[in-house]
Amino acid sequence: MNNPILAVERLSVAFNHQQKVVDDISFAIYPGESFALVGESGSGKSITALSVLRLLPNNARLNAGAISLQGDNLLNRSEFELCKIRGRRIGLIFQDPMSSLNPVMTIGSQIEEVINIHFDLPKKVIKQRVLELLQQVEIPDPKQRIKDYPHQLSGGQRQRVMIAIALAAKPDLLIADEPTTSLDVTIQAQILALLKNIQQQTGMALWLISHDLALVSTMADRVAVMQQGKIVETGVTADFFSNPKHPYTRKLLNALPLMSSCLTHSTEEKPPLLQVNDFKVYYPIHKGIFKRIVDHVRAVDGVSFDIQQGKTLALVGESGCGKTTLGKSLLNLIPASGGQVKINGIELSSLTGEQLRQQRANIQIVFQDPFSSMNPRMLVGDIIAEGIRALHPSINSAERKARVRQLLQQVDLPENSAQRYPHEFSGGQRQRICIARALAVEPKLIVCDEPTSALDVSVQAQIIQVLKSLQQEKGVSYLFITHDLAVVAEIADDVAVMYQGKIVEQGSVAQVLTQPQHAYTRKLLDAVPVLKTEK
Amino acid sequence: MIILWTDALIFILNAIMLGLAFYMHGKEYIKRPMQQIYRSKIGMVSLVVLVFFVLIGLMDSVHFKATGNKTNEIISLLDYWATPLREHGEKTYSAPFATTLYSKEMMTLADGTTQWGYPRLEFGGSHLDEPETQRIPDILQKGLYGFAQGAGLVAFFMVLLWAMLARQHKQFMHSSTVKVVWVVVFVIVSLSYALIYLSAYYHVLGTDKVGEDVFYQAVKGIRTGLVIGTLTTLIMLPMAIIFGILAGFFRGWIDDVIQYIYTTLNSIPGVLLIAASILMVQVYMANHEEAFTSVVVRADMRLLFLCLILGVTSWTGLCRLLRAETLKLREMEYVQAAQALGVKQGTILLRHILPNVMHIVLISVVLDFSSLVLAEAVLSYINIGVDPTTYSWGNMINGARLEMAREPIVWWSLSAAFVFMFALVLAANLFADVVQAAFDPRRAGNE
Repeated sequence: MNNPILAVERLSVAFNHQQKVVDDISFAIYPGESFALVGESGSGKSITALSVLRLLPNNARLNAGAISLQGDNLLNRSEFELCKIRGRRIGLIFQDPMSSLNPVMTIGSQIEEVINIHFDLPKKVIKQRVLELLQQVEIPDPKQRIKDYPHQLSGGQRQRVMIAIALAAKPDLLIADEPTTSLDVTIQAQILALLKNIQQQTGMALWLISHDLALVSTMADRVAVMQQGKIVETGVTADFFSNPKHPYTRKLLNALPLMSSCLTHSTEEKPPLLQVNDFKVYYPIHKGIFKRIVDHVRAVDGVSFDIQQGKTLALVGESGCGKTTLGKSLLNLIPASGGQVKINGIELSSLTGEQLRQQRANIQIVFQDPFSSMNPRMLVGDIIAEGIRALHPSINSAERKARVRQLLQQVDLPENSAQRYPHEFSGGQRQRICIARALAVEPKLIVCDEPTSALDVSVQAQIIQVLKSLQQEKGVSYLFITHDLAVVAEIADDVAVMYQGKIVEQGSVAQVLTQPQHAYTRKLLDAVPVLKTEK
Repeated sequence: MIILWTDALIFILNAIMLGLAFYMHGKEYIKRPMQQIYRSKIGMVSLVVLVFFVLIGLMDSVHFKATGNKTNEIISLLDYWATPLREHGEKTYSAPFATTLYSKEMMTLADGTTQWGYPRLEFGGSHLDEPETQRIPDILQKGLYGFAQGAGLVAFFMVLLWAMLARQHKQFMHSSTVKVVWVVVFVIVSLSYALIYLSAYYHVLGTDKVGEDVFYQAVKGIRTGLVIGTLTTLIMLPMAIIFGILAGFFRGWIDDVIQYIYTTLNSIPGVLLIAASILMVQVYMANHEEAFTSVVVRADMRLLFLCLILGVTSWTGLCRLLRAETLKLREMEYVQAAQALGVKQGTILLRHILPNVMHIVLISVVLDFSSLVLAEAVLSYINIGVDPTTYSWGNMINGARLEMAREPIVWWSLSAAFVFMFALVLAANLFADVVQAAFDPRRAGNE
């Protein structure tokens, strides 16, 4: 191969003399190729990208043999000179398009800004260039949109604008740090296609940073895997996925949920536990000085489904389709506007006050974000015991403690966890605590609201394992809300696909995933990045 | 012994604090943050300073009827010990450690002639024959002597404590925090001993317009400052917390009502309310003279009402903050999880919302504490603050204000009030910082 565009040699980064976050790594990126750096959260992949651009926080200590951009060692460059390289020769796209754009500037002026910094061009030319860029990133009607503010654009469009900003100065290397993590699968597929397309047009090199192995397998030419600050394996994509050498890589690949696993589920019929009929949740839209209700946002618009005892129904849909609202209003956390919910034949929607409180033991919920779902000022033991205290006040404190110990054991956490605070645990451990909290009142149904979306794949696999084994042990049913179809295949017995507040398709998991009927389901399935080896 | 209203409240407050400390002593989850406070040097030093102030304030809160030859006025324990300071009044201004008055006067000499000059003070430095030459060596000598006495006292107790504790708590006694605390205690006690010793011979911080000792005024101001800072907070806190949390948590008509109350209250100038209520109290006291016979009782009543009305007018800011924070918290998933678990709403408020807004409460209480002490000064300026006979830093500043334009400047009243106030507010701020850091579990892990 020819000379690398970026060569990093023996790079190490540490914070405050603690353990190294990036530990002696070397790699090279060649012109025109897609290089992917894969790793779980905390493996140091983003820090690596930031240290190349020298954007690390002040307390970081960087040590490197050389970081050379086309043979030019960046370590010898002053901060002033580096400013001319950032954006000009290396572009950068961040994960979150919501917070990466300035909300009080139009998108046009934000793109202009970058061009202005790096080129001395007349105003007209710059304007022309901005329009070209917006066309290049396939934003419809760029002439009008150029005056739009970020909040007027959708998440996908914002990421497109971010890409336009990164491309504005025609860089030779584009660093994309988890560019699609916060986007829906269908949007993700579009953005990835766009990136590929632009790469072909401009011939720049793409450095993709991701945790998603399936995505990487469709995008990258070469892959490097990072674990705890070290690169453990590097290889050409095809080779890499068909023949992984390092045990950590194998572990990662094994942890990936497989779409094919849905065929193994039993289809035996069981009596229904939860019956939902024509369920509606509307949010009123107030207008005018008297706050009259002029219309409703139909978040959940007349859905009906059953969940069988000891089985899992997966509720699939993209963000904003109303799946979380549905889950929360089943628990009466959001008031419903109409329809019936029956659990074990008891009508929940007609209950109020004390009766409702007593019935709460039947349905519990596990939330998506394990960081905000526990009171940071309570001990884990108290968090788990909270439901027992509220619903079974007759149980004395010794029994309660014993019960907490037992629950911690069931979710594979050490016994002394009860005396610690939530912040001392990792994301996966916290999610187990949340599961233990839900289990404490012995519910018949647990609503799992994207319980694994905030977690790494290997941790996700463990959580799914815990959920599955609890189902076998206790016969608890799950309503599993997710956007990830691969996880659905792993855990669900039945699937309901939700689109704009309505269920457009439901059926057994094998049926829906292999023979989708509705056009939207097919679109969803097509957009899921699939590991190349799986084909 | 006579118990004034504010005395009673101060003692109740202290009893509550002690009770709370006793209650929390054995609790497992309190131990860790407490240890972090023990380990923090800044925290312990500011605590020592605070305790020193509080002790003076407490001494000044034990009132009884003086059985002297004068009128049977009500004095405090502090007044009793500081009787010389109280009674050694001069004619008018004199600078710190001065032996003469600050302004020239026509004075009659021993031989009957009159002369335009600085007359000698009646008490300050009156033991000296030739002030010009003897004054500075005398101050140094007496200061050192006092310092040595104080140092000797501290050293004695230190050795005693050391002998008692060293064996059992060897590690504790050798920790660097304990050493720092000892140093601070040593410095404070020795310095105050030196000051007390000197103040028997001189006016250490000078005298004010009517010749009263400024050092005595400043020390008396401690109690007033503490009372205004703590009692006002005590009245303000429940209102702010209860209303703020209820409005944020329940929304709907409860929120509307509470918002209506505080916007209304906020749009009335606080000074008007304060002036009105102070005048009401005065009228009330004038109509019920038999119940308020003594000047001290009257002044105390006025102080109490000032705290009350300051509390009523100052809860809105904190209430707003708490409402906003509660609005955020009620959407947090742990609150929803608690609802799903069937936890009652009152319990959710107490267990999930309240502890998570406490950091805001703590910060604003400390900030309010300082601004309240300052507010007292401003109110005294327009004559609706504490009673003019009450010693307070506000009154001192107010009195010194007019003399700022004088040439040469009379700086000691203002400086004394400033230094005392500064020390108290700074110590409270630093201590609150440490407490907050220690009790925040998210931060505790990082340090």
